[in-house]
Amino acid sequence: MAKVLMKGNEAIGEGAVRAGCRYFFGYPITPQSELPHYLAKRLPEVGGVYLQSESETAAINMVYGAAGAGARVMTSSSGPGISLMQEGISYLAGAELPCVIVNMIRGGPGLGNIAPAQSDYFQATRGGGHGDYRVIVLAPASVQEIIDLMRLAFDLADRYRNPVMVAGDGILGQMMEPVELGEEEDVQIPPRPWAATGRMGGEKKLINSLYIVPEELEQHNLKLARKYALIASKEQRWEEYRLDGARLVLVAFGTVARICKAVVDRCREEGLAVGLIRPITLWPYPQKAFEPLMGKVDSFLVVEMSLGQMVEDVRLAVNGRHPVHFYGRCGGMLPVAADVVQEVKKLYGGEGN
Amino acid sequence: MYEAILIAGFGGQGVLSTGQLLAYAGMLEGKHVSWIPSYGPEMRGGTANCGVTISDSPISSPVVSEPTSLIVMNRPSLEKFEESVVPGGLLLVNSSLIDIKATRKDIRVYYIPANELAEELGDARVAGNVILGALLELTGVVSLDAVEKSLREVLPAHRHKLIPLNRRALETGAALVRRSTAVRAG
Amino acid sequence: MKKVFTRPRSLKDIPTHYCPGCTHGIVHRLVAEVIDELEIFDRTIGVAPVGCSVFAYNYFDCDMFQASHGRAPAVATGIKRVLPDRVVFTYQGDGDLAAIGTGEIVHAAARGEKFTVIFINNAIYAMTGGQMAPTTLLGQKTTTTPYGRDKDINGYPVKISEMLSVLDGTAYVARVSVHDPAHVIKARKAIKRAFEVQLAGLGFSLVEVLSACPTNWGLSPAEALKWLAENMIPYYPLGEYKKPAEVG
Ligand SMILES: Cc1ncc(C[n+]2csc(CCOP(=O)(O)OP(=O)(O)O)c2C)c(N)n1
Ligand code: SF4
Ligand SMILES: [Mg+2]
Repeated sequence: MAKVLMKGNEAIGEGAVRAGCRYFFGYPITPQSELPHYLAKRLPEVGGVYLQSESETAAINMVYGAAGAGARVMTSSSGPGISLMQEGISYLAGAELPCVIVNMIRGGPGLGNIAPAQSDYFQATRGGGHGDYRVIVLAPASVQEIIDLMRLAFDLADRYRNPVMVAGDGILGQMMEPVELGEEEDVQIPPRPWAATGRMGGEKKLINSLYIVPEELEQHNLKLARKYALIASKEQRWEEYRLDGARLVLVAFGTVARICKAVVDRCREEGLAVGLIRPITLWPYPQKAFEPLMGKVDSFLVVEMSLGQMVEDVRLAVNGRHPVHFYGRCGGMLPVAADVVQEVKKLYGGEGN
Repeated sequence: MYEAILIAGFGGQGVLSTGQLLAYAGMLEGKHVSWIPSYGPEMRGGTANCGVTISDSPISSPVVSEPTSLIVMNRPSLEKFEESVVPGGLLLVNSSLIDIKATRKDIRVYYIPANELAEELGDARVAGNVILGALLELTGVVSLDAVEKSLREVLPAHRHKLIPLNRRALETGAALVRRSTAVRAG
Repeated sequence: MKKVFTRPRSLKDIPTHYCPGCTHGIVHRLVAEVIDELEIFDRTIGVAPVGCSVFAYNYFDCDMFQASHGRAPAVATGIKRVLPDRVVFTYQGDGDLAAIGTGEIVHAAARGEKFTVIFINNAIYAMTGGQMAPTTLLGQKTTTTPYGRDKDINGYPVKISEMLSVLDGTAYVARVSVHDPAHVIKARKAIKRAFEVQLAGLGFSLVEVLSACPTNWGLSPAEALKWLAENMIPYYPLGEYKKPAEVG
């Protein structure tokens, strides 16, 4: 198949359509607007529905309705809009509804700016809504990977009846790269016996997150916890880059991971044994990636476009066995490879490593 | 091979599409390519720019903060980006619309009256391709044929009649710099 | 000799980021002139929205707040309840006020909050790249209605002045336009009245201003003004929808 040049935001749209998604509800916000623009054209072509909501609060509740009615459905936004969706995401998780939520992360807090950032990591992985719940979070690092992960996102959402978030950043959304789309498959959407589609002579179905009796809510919470434990054991995904004999291991996701690959290459050229772990799932966090390295490396350096959020997950994974350092830029600034190399050299083979 | 090209100008000058054409041609030649625009309210001031990276190896950051080549289509872009070019890099100035000179002494500078040349060819809208032709000639980053082939793929069929004109624009820019030598400031 | 074109005290002397032909700048000027004329500059507090006019907080030289998208009427409510003797205004776009912020505007109006709303209806989400607004006309092409706004998919344009004027809490509601000098003069009068209603403590006041966005309409500044007059005014009739007996 020939390659085509595509914008990240458009690739999300095309990836979703190819994953069988036919419903999009959303509200405009930079830097993800090309995605709604794309789907406003594309979904009607395949008999789907594109609807601009009056707010993100409305959008996520339209998703709740569509998902509960049995559709493959998605929404998309960035920082401020994702914040408004948190209530709805909590309800979706509580009612165990599958859906995909895209967050093209921009600078915060507040209105912040529209430049690329990764500072919604806590919100994505810990959940910005209320209650004991988890959302699967996928972090692509290239336009090609967006296409592949959109399919996975919808499949995981269905398999676990859980919201899945795809977390990118302004750069990933805006950049164009060659992608291979492959043949368009005829996607079979798994049956949804739980969906409330009208009884039509069958049993009553209920889409709900209210369990007024504490014993019942506890049972519901424990059931969700078992599901999350299963996801955590089965769905960790990551990429390893030049880890052979690495003394210092960089940890970075998304756009920053691309920059860190260049850092690894430069360091290796200079004889420094440096490698990279790139988490693809931010939740569940790929703890398994770290186990084989324990006792074999000196230290870790986490690089992020934030003031250090994922660094906490790396510390949990390493659990005190090695030092975990942090380097980051924020506010929409991008780490520069040369600066990260500098940081690596400061730490490499140094005291306390 | 690694080329990071920044193309900057007014909104309506086709800066973004010129960059896309270049990236497309790189893709057709089997290279790693990326394209990224400036986005958001900064577009509103009427300026636009995009970064195109073409490389033999995977591209780390698509953001072109230190271009190996810079094309400026208007004066604000020259003033804003001249400093960012890597030492030894290339600067192509659209002298039809820019009446000042570059100041850097450590880069190669070419002045190309792109709008006038485009008008001589019969269509002011191909100014971007005149200057792109110069870039191809000076860097060899992609071939002229690959750009023509890209036009065939990105333009809708009813606009294919414009391809010969665009090809001539590319050749005009290439021929101009083939005949002249770089100007160094100072 | 009297100088005709002086900059209002209430506007800062800095260049704005608005596109050529954008009418946001005209409306800023009218609001600033009215604040000057009523001599309320020192006790006026403005609330800027999220939209193209987000940087209004830099242009108005009085105290300013920047609110989250659509919530300016709630922010203004908080300000006015703490400082009832100050003059408070919000400046909001149609996406901000008539989509995400519908709840806030309706309830501020229903409560009869004593502040003034300047509502810029340009039939588009300008800041984010020309998407459909609640006020986008039927058939109008935008980046999210590539086939034109279709009533069966997106419903009908929202008429804010008509809607709010039926609420008992509103004291003054007018729709004006700024597409030519004669209408600019009328718009200025309406804005002045709205502030006077606030000063007299009569209740909620709102002026809807039909405004041009040449950039996202894809028109030249002159064409945009013409398009406004020919397409928006027939759907959004101008006039005072509600005014208290106290004002002439
Ligand atoms: C919660 C939230 N959602 C979306 C946005 C993105 N956003 C910024 S401005 C805007 C629309 C502005 O349109 P309008 O209010 O009509 O003002 P105009 O730019 O047309 O003057 C949107 C959707 C945001 N900042 N916050
Ligand atoms: S985009 Fe439209 S509303 Fe925004 S500044 Fe430009 S003309 Fe004005
Ligand atoms: Mg608007």
